[in-house]
Amino acid sequence: MSFYDWLLFFHIAAAFALVAALVVFWSVAVAARNVDRPAESLRFFRVAQPAQVLIIVGTMGTVLFGIWLAIDADAYQVWDAWVLIALVLWAIAAGTGQRGGRTYNDARQLATQLAAEGRGEEPSAELKTRLGDRTAMWLNIASSVAVLLILIDMIWKPGH
Amino acid sequence: MLAAIRPSDWNFPLLLHVLGAMLLVGGLVTGVTALILGWRRDSAFYSRFGFRALLFVAFPAWWLMRIAAEWIYSKENLAEDPTWVGIGYITSDAGGLLLLITLILTGIGARRLRRADGSGGGGSNLLVRIGTVLASLVLVTYLVTMWAMSAKPG
Repeated sequence: MSFYDWLLFFHIAAAFALVAALVVFWSVAVAARNVDRPAESLRFFRVAQPAQVLIIVGTMGTVLFGIWLAIDADAYQVWDAWVLIALVLWAIAAGTGQRGGRTYNDARQLATQLAAEGRGEEPSAELKTRLGDRTAMWLNIASSVAVLLILIDMIWKPGH
Repeated sequence: MLAAIRPSDWNFPLLLHVLGAMLLVGGLVTGVTALILGWRRDSAFYSRFGFRALLFVAFPAWWLMRIAAEWIYSKENLAEDPTWVGIGYITSDAGGLLLLITLILTGIGARRLRRADGSGGGGSNLLVRIGTVLASLVLVTYLVTMWAMSAKPG
């Protein structure tokens, strides 16, 4: 395997980690959308914990190895249109995903606090509102669509 | 480099193949995480969640990945299959079979755990545990496949 092959492998592996994290987050967000008991919501948040690592590895890995690939390969340049499009989409995906994820982090903190106070089995209207927050959902949709567009951009390579 | 010389009519099936593979790995990560969590506590809850992630995400994604792979293969007209194509065929089909067995085992196991949970029972379930090991094996297999598909040995 050449150096280019290894770079490509790590770039693709990071992309898989990123999408895997999004799938985990979506599975948890959909399953927990009507949950109002802190103890139950914490069960869902435990499933999402490994995805917190995957999203960081995926987000940073895709851009770092992607730029490295563009520098290393003679056929591509960092200023190629499809590379610049990917970087813009990456920034949109990361920004909207981070903003959308903040609401779920707030919900997790609230659930942890309520459970610590011994109210884990009591329904909480505030927790339910945060878990079903429509703005957060739309931000996550925007983030996922941006990732899908990056994949399309990577395959079609417009302007190349 | 390969992308630069790839005919443009391969792009759509390639998109479906890669998207299917990514969703498959995502579904497996979700399912395996939940099933592993269920070994220690709340077995009924995590087994049901893990089973649903495998059934509603990983299983349909496997079909998307596999059908799109066949679509691209039919366009390539290879005289002789390179090593990476062979690895892809073996791992995707064996992984699909293991995924199906996992679904059956965890489905039955999750159902039993729910009944036991309702009657005041609890604990884990051997079928779910076997399913967890198999699903983890499928996930590792597909990570090796991902390496073969990207590095293309041979």
